[in-house]
Amino acid sequence: MATLEADFTLPLRTFALDLALEVSRTVALVGPSGAGKSSALRVVAGLAQPQRGRVALDGEAWLDTAFRLSLPPDRRCVGLVFQDYALFPHLSVRANVAFGSRGRAVDPLLERFRIGHLASAHPAELSGGERQRVALARTLAREPAVLLLDEPLAALDAHTKAEVRHELAELLRELALPTVLVTHDYEDAAALADHVGVLVEGRLRQLGTPAELVSRPRDAFVASFTGANLLRGRARRGEGALTAIRLESGEDLYSADEAEGEVGVVVYPWEVSVARAHAPDADSALNVVRGQVGSLVEVANRVRVRVGPLTAEVTAASAARLELAAGGVAYATFKATGTRLVPL
Amino acid sequence: MGTPAPHQAGAEKAARGGLPAGSALIRRSLAAAGVFAAAAVALAFLLLPIVAIFARVSPGELLAQFSRPVVKDALIVSLKTNAIAQALVLLLGTPTAYLLATRRFRGRSLLVVLVELPLVLPPAVAGIGLIAAFGRFGLLGDELNAFGIQLGLTQAAVVIAVAYVSSPLYIRQAIATFEAIDPNLVAAARTLGAGRTRTFFRVSLPLSRRGLAAGEALAFARGLGEFGATIMFAGSLQGVTQTLPVAIYQEFNSDFTTALAMSALLVVVSGALLVALRLTLQWQPSKPTSRFLFAPSR
Repeated sequence: MATLEADFTLPLRTFALDLALEVSRTVALVGPSGAGKSSALRVVAGLAQPQRGRVALDGEAWLDTAFRLSLPPDRRCVGLVFQDYALFPHLSVRANVAFGSRGRAVDPLLERFRIGHLASAHPAELSGGERQRVALARTLAREPAVLLLDEPLAALDAHTKAEVRHELAELLRELALPTVLVTHDYEDAAALADHVGVLVEGRLRQLGTPAELVSRPRDAFVASFTGANLLRGRARRGEGALTAIRLESGEDLYSADEAEGEVGVVVYPWEVSVARAHAPDADSALNVVRGQVGSLVEVANRVRVRVGPLTAEVTAASAARLELAAGGVAYATFKATGTRLVPL
Repeated sequence: MGTPAPHQAGAEKAARGGLPAGSALIRRSLAAAGVFAAAAVALAFLLLPIVAIFARVSPGELLAQFSRPVVKDALIVSLKTNAIAQALVLLLGTPTAYLLATRRFRGRSLLVVLVELPLVLPPAVAGIGLIAAFGRFGLLGDELNAFGIQLGLTQAAVVIAVAYVSSPLYIRQAIATFEAIDPNLVAAARTLGAGRTRTFFRVSLPLSRRGLAAGEALAFARGLGEFGATIMFAGSLQGVTQTLPVAIYQEFNSDFTTALAMSALLVVVSGALLVALRLTLQWQPSKPTSRFLFAPSR
């Protein structure tokens, strides 16, 4: 299994991108737009020159500022799939795929990506999903040792995206190349990568498996980026093993985590259940937040319900049973052990 | 945009009852008539000289003039010198434009302005400049003499004059064309293993074909009509340096019909170039080359 090391500092307009990664399987860099994600890929590919750093594949350096070494992009064995795919508009699909193949036959690749029937078509005639497959085939025809994907799903519509995401995940598993992919969508990152790094203003806030990020978010940003509810409050030692948090709204919540002072209370939507009435025998191990029902969004067979400051995810069946409607009052409940306390 | 057009103001006034409604209508008609009249005068002014060239002498007589040696010689000199000059413009101008379009360095914008300067120079100034630089007593005169090269009053001087006045048109257009290439396409070619040279010939150049052709058409038209710098730097030697425009000037005192015939020839060639230019710029290839970032998925 090959390993890509990348450790560099690249000054950007308002901040410096500072990154240290060791990649042998798939790492996803996620973060808000403008966090420096694409720039990270450009440094690895040799399209941007960092101020300081080293990029190496299995110990063989592509870039080492200490030795004033920087191989040009064409001498790094890297495949970069651009966000808008950057297919050559003047070349046919076949010629696009053959561009970097150095004479190797491209027909097997065309067949593998189901674009054989499009071989003589030009990029402008293709759908988004087809373009993406051409871009992948073109990149793999070069036989790269490292794969870089810049927002591989962003240019697709919602319908195509789910299908392509599944295919892409399979492909990455099969290729088993060191892969860095960049996305602003945490769900895409979790579906495609073994490790996810949350990048904000050029710095990695947290790097871990998707499960680690959800169970142990390091800070409020990571938590909300991974889809959690975030409530702000002040923590103090409560009765028993629980920490009490007084929210800005005046309500008290309890968490099994220990903390003191200003904290963020993190709870994931699937930890929250919704009821129409307040259960009278509620104990402190069960948090209750009363609120107005805001939006109801159906996602597959689940419904995302907004109750006061919280988003809960309930099954479509229970949403129907509860007769939830926007504007009504409901109680969101979640266990003290289902919460995490993070620094703000 | 803030103030209403005069006829609108008139209409409002009429609606308020200040003037009868017919008055606004008359004003509007008068304004329209004025615009049409101005356009008619301007178009007639632009077309009349062209029409006159063909109207003065019968087509048969015009054609007969082409058997005269002075016309044949001028045509051959014009075609030969322009062909060589445009080959030089393409060969030297294309890399120059690519460099200026793709590299960022100190003094780049100054260089771009200097490249365009010959465009706005009066032809007489261009002629004087060429003599001062390449003439026998010019800046490079001694160096050229040392190699036994004398440019003044030779066909090479015509080529230099034509290239000097026409190359900025091509280079300017070529810079704009190269700058318009999506940088990601160039980056993609590099990551696919193509070096700078291969990227240029496989990606940048094919994507720029139309823009470069348009620039070259403009440069060719300008070069073909070159007169001032040529007559000053290269003179007017029949069969050697006498191009069509120079011959027209020479003939129009002695034989106006011949001058008309050569003028008609240049009108036809220039008109054909203009049509070719328009077609090049409007031509939609069967496979559109637009960027497809926001194209809908099928």
